[in-house]
Parts: sequence; structure tokens; C-alpha cells
Amino acid sequence: MLFLRHCFEPSNFFVDQHIMTIDQTIGDLQNEFASFPDWEERYSHIISMGKGLAPYNEEYRNDEFKVKGCQSQVWLHPSITDGTIHFEADSDALIVKGLVALLMRVYNERTPTEILNAPPDLVSRLGLDQHLSNNRANGLASMLKQIKLYALVYSMTRTT
Amino acid sequence: MSSTSTISSTAFDVYAVRAEFPILSRTVHGDVPLVYLDNAATAQKPQCVIDSISRYYQYSNANVHRGGHALGAEATALYEDARATVASFLGAEPNEIIFTRGTTEGINLIAASWSQMVGDSLRGRNIVISGMEHHANIVPWQMVCERTGAELRVIDVRDDGTLDLNHARTIIDEATAFVSIVHVSNTLGVTNDVREICSLARAVGARSLVDGAQAVVHHATDMRHIGCDFYVFSGHKLYGPTGIGVVFGRADVLATMPPYQGGGAMISTVTFERSTYLDAPMRFEAGTPNMEGAIGLAEAIRWFKRIDPSALREHEASLAKRMHADLSSIDGLRILGPTESHVGIVSFVIDGIHANDLGVLLDEQGVAIRVGHHCTMPLMKRFGVSSTARASTAAYTTSEDLDAFSTALFRAIKLLR
Repeated sequence: MLFLRHCFEPSNFFVDQHIMTIDQTIGDLQNEFASFPDWEERYSHIISMGKGLAPYNEEYRNDEFKVKGCQSQVWLHPSITDGTIHFEADSDALIVKGLVALLMRVYNERTPTEILNAPPDLVSRLGLDQHLSNNRANGLASMLKQIKLYALVYSMTRTT
Repeated sequence: MSSTSTISSTAFDVYAVRAEFPILSRTVHGDVPLVYLDNAATAQKPQCVIDSISRYYQYSNANVHRGGHALGAEATALYEDARATVASFLGAEPNEIIFTRGTTEGINLIAASWSQMVGDSLRGRNIVISGMEHHANIVPWQMVCERTGAELRVIDVRDDGTLDLNHARTIIDEATAFVSIVHVSNTLGVTNDVREICSLARAVGARSLVDGAQAVVHHATDMRHIGCDFYVFSGHKLYGPTGIGVVFGRADVLATMPPYQGGGAMISTVTFERSTYLDAPMRFEAGTPNMEGAIGLAEAIRWFKRIDPSALREHEASLAKRMHADLSSIDGLRILGPTESHVGIVSFVIDGIHANDLGVLLDEQGVAIRVGHHCTMPLMKRFGVSSTARASTAAYTTSEDLDAFSTALFRAIKLLR
């Protein structure tokens, strides 16, 4: 089963999120999601994650930064400072925005190498594939693909 | 907000109807009972329709209109009986019925064949559609206009979601060559006065087509009464199989029109110099047709005709009334289109809530509705929205379905606000 780990492992209290690896962050999210008894709490959490997402810069709310393949509108803007990619992201639908926030927690403020080497099974590890319809799972996959594409471009251009 | 009135069951036993649809007793997401309110997208099929398809393959399958063997003759008889059943359903003659893949193909067939017939004479003339058309009744006409230089004119939709007939009277003029109009809007549930619009077309010598995709399940559809030249619909919204549709075309009009596609079964003779074609409807049915689709559709029509039309109408009207009442009581909810209709199609938006979010959270509770633009982007623009949520009922929809819908909607809104 996906959610065997206890959700309040003592060690987690002492791990600063910024120095957690992608793998650790996904593990963290796994624990969080395992603790919800039903769909209502799961979505309530996703929605509140969305509401907590940093405001998106209106300057980047255009077609250039729109993620293709999503039913709702999703925008993703990358920049890189000192080898770390900073993403800004947003969606006009609340649940999708929550999923965007979830991706941000895993992939934001990482190096291109970290993102490119990240395990590919985020969606299934969080059990989201069982709860999202094909369209939504595809939308999530499109966002993930876009994040990795930006990481690939940065890794090749070595922008600092 | 659940209304206390229950759906009248006199002369119409919705539970008996429902029992004929095996899919309605299944669950989704594990053990969540299915509440199917996406009937305007496609209706579920009664057991007799499912059986008719299976019976066809078990006993009668052969290619039609070809071989002289027993199975071929039997399959041909079934297929042509299906055509006669459809014809009688529409108050038409069998030679006025063309089988297609669906409404979309039907409109494309007419647009392509008719425009080929009138050809270059369309330059300087116009084709009239309405502001509430499905993309299937917009794009084929745009393609005709691009090819021929005709002008596309659009009848205005009023704020209450009805068509502006005065505007129709203005834009349908001596230069109008074709009028193509939806009978019942798939987005608004509004029923248009297609009889009046067809008569406006006739008065100026224009041809008329009515898109009946949503209407055939809700209205008596008598072609002579409507007075259209063409009427199109799909089998799958009428409790029949998918992949089968119907074009009604007036016999004298079809007789003048060239084929849509070329191939087998539509020719009289073929030489490398030229081919001659069969009369309608065969002329328009190139290739092996969807035989089990036609037979399944005929079974669906026979099933549908067993229901007392006035009892069904009353049942659907009371469901529509209940949906309108329930939805109207929700803060910040706006229903697009008329707030009174006997057709159970209701499109709505809620302030500050994205339709997609509603769709996700209703789905979690087993409630299937449609969210999106419903293939009517210009209509969405007309009402200043990019998408709506749409719930739509069928003959088997119960008041319990609407209870579940209301409860699920409340829980979804609570989470999203």
C-alpha cells in the first residue's frame, strides 16, 4: 500500500522543508494524503493548498506561459537564480490550483538536475491516479512535463 | 432546499422504466451509487436495445444490399425495417431517411451536398444560423461560406436565452439560401420555434435544416408539421446506440442533390469514364452501413414509443421545474437561459466557483454532470462565461436523483467557498 508510513514520523519535525530532497518531500506529501479519511478532507486539503499559493504575477498571465493539455487554464512561469529554478504558477480553477501548489512544493526552488533526476511516479505515489479522472491526471502530467521541459532547457543553457 | 413535491408517477412508473437500464444500478469510485445527469451528452440504453444488437450478431449478421443468400436477405430486411421505423417516427417516408454516423455527419452531409449543387451561385447570398448553435451546426456552414463566398448570418439570442424572432425576420431575406437552426439548445434547454423559422425560410425560397439532436427525446417530431427540408439527429441521445444517426430529407429535395461520399452501395453503374448513382437514400449511404446501429436505433424508437408521450412530458417537466427551483435557491447561482422549460437541461454558473471544480466534486459523489463550453463557444461568449455546469435528465431520472444532486452540489459549494 502507498500510505503505510505513519503520518507523524518524529524525524519529520526536524527536517527543514528547504533542505528536503524531492524524494523526501514526496514522502512527506504521501503521509499527509494518507491521513485523510475521505474525499472531502482530501479535496479540502488540496483546495487550501491552492489558496495558499503565492500570488501570480499578472505580467505572465498570457499564452506564452499557459500550460497546454489542461482543461482549466494553468500558467507556469520559470526563472533561475544561482542555479535554482523559481516557478510562479496559477490556475483559474481551485482544485487545479491546489494540484499546482502540490507540484510547487515538490519542484520549486530546485536545481535543473534535481528536477530532471526526480522519480517519475509522483502522481501514483500520492495515490492521486486513483482519485483523478483521466482528464485531470493528464492535466497534472502536462504540468509536470512543462516543469521538466523548463528544467531541461535551463540545464542545457546553464543560465545563472 | 430539497423540494417536498415528489414526481408524479401517475400513468408513468419511472422506477419500472429505470429498471430497464442495467447501467443505472452500478456504482462508481468503489461503492458510490451512480447519479447520471449527463443525458444531454448521451442517454443510457435499455436492455432491449442492448439485446437487439447482440441478437443481430448472434443470428442475422451479413452485409446488406448485396449477396443473394438467406442471411444477407434477412439483414437487409432488418436494416430496411429500421429505416421504416425511423420514417414513421418522423412522419416521413422511408426513402426520405438517410442513415449517418450521427448529427454531425448529417449536417456535414447536407452542407457538402447542397453547397455542391448550388455551387458558385452562393456568392452574394447568405446562410442563416442562430447564436445558440452547437459547433456542429456552425463549422460546416463556415466551411461552405469560405468555399463559396456566401455570408454567414446569425440570429441573436436574447438575455432570457430565447431566439430573437424579430431579428430572424430581418436577416432572413431574399438573398438567404439556407437556414440551419437548432430545435432544442444543448446548452440552454430552450426550445426554438423551428416551425416559424422554417416558414420564414420557405417564404424566401431558402432551404431549411433543423438540428434535432436534443429535441427528438423531448418533442413529437412530425416533419410535415415542422415544415423543414432536412432534420438531423443522433441515435445515442434517443436511448439508441452510438455511431448511428439520421438525416431526414424531403424526397423532392434529396432527388436533386449529388452524393456526399462515393463508394460501394451508392452506385448504379461504374465505368472508368463515369459512374451513375442510385436514388436517395442509397445515393447518400456509400460503403457498408452501421447495420447493428440502425437496428438498435429502431429498437430504441419502438421502446420510446411505448411510453405515453404526455405522461413522459409531465414527468420531465416536473423534473425540470424541480431542478430550476432547487438551483434558484442557491446563493450566487445563475441559470443560463429560460427559468421555465419542460426540457430537463439546465446550465448554470456560480459566482466565484469554476465549473470544473464543481464537476470534480460532484463526480466524487457519484453525480455525473457536464462542465465546459458544451461545444457552444459563441453562446458562452454571448453570456459572458467561459464554461458552465449542465445537468440534464432523462425518462429514467427520479426525484431521488435530484435529491442526490442537490445534496452533492451543496457539499461541493461548501468546500469551494
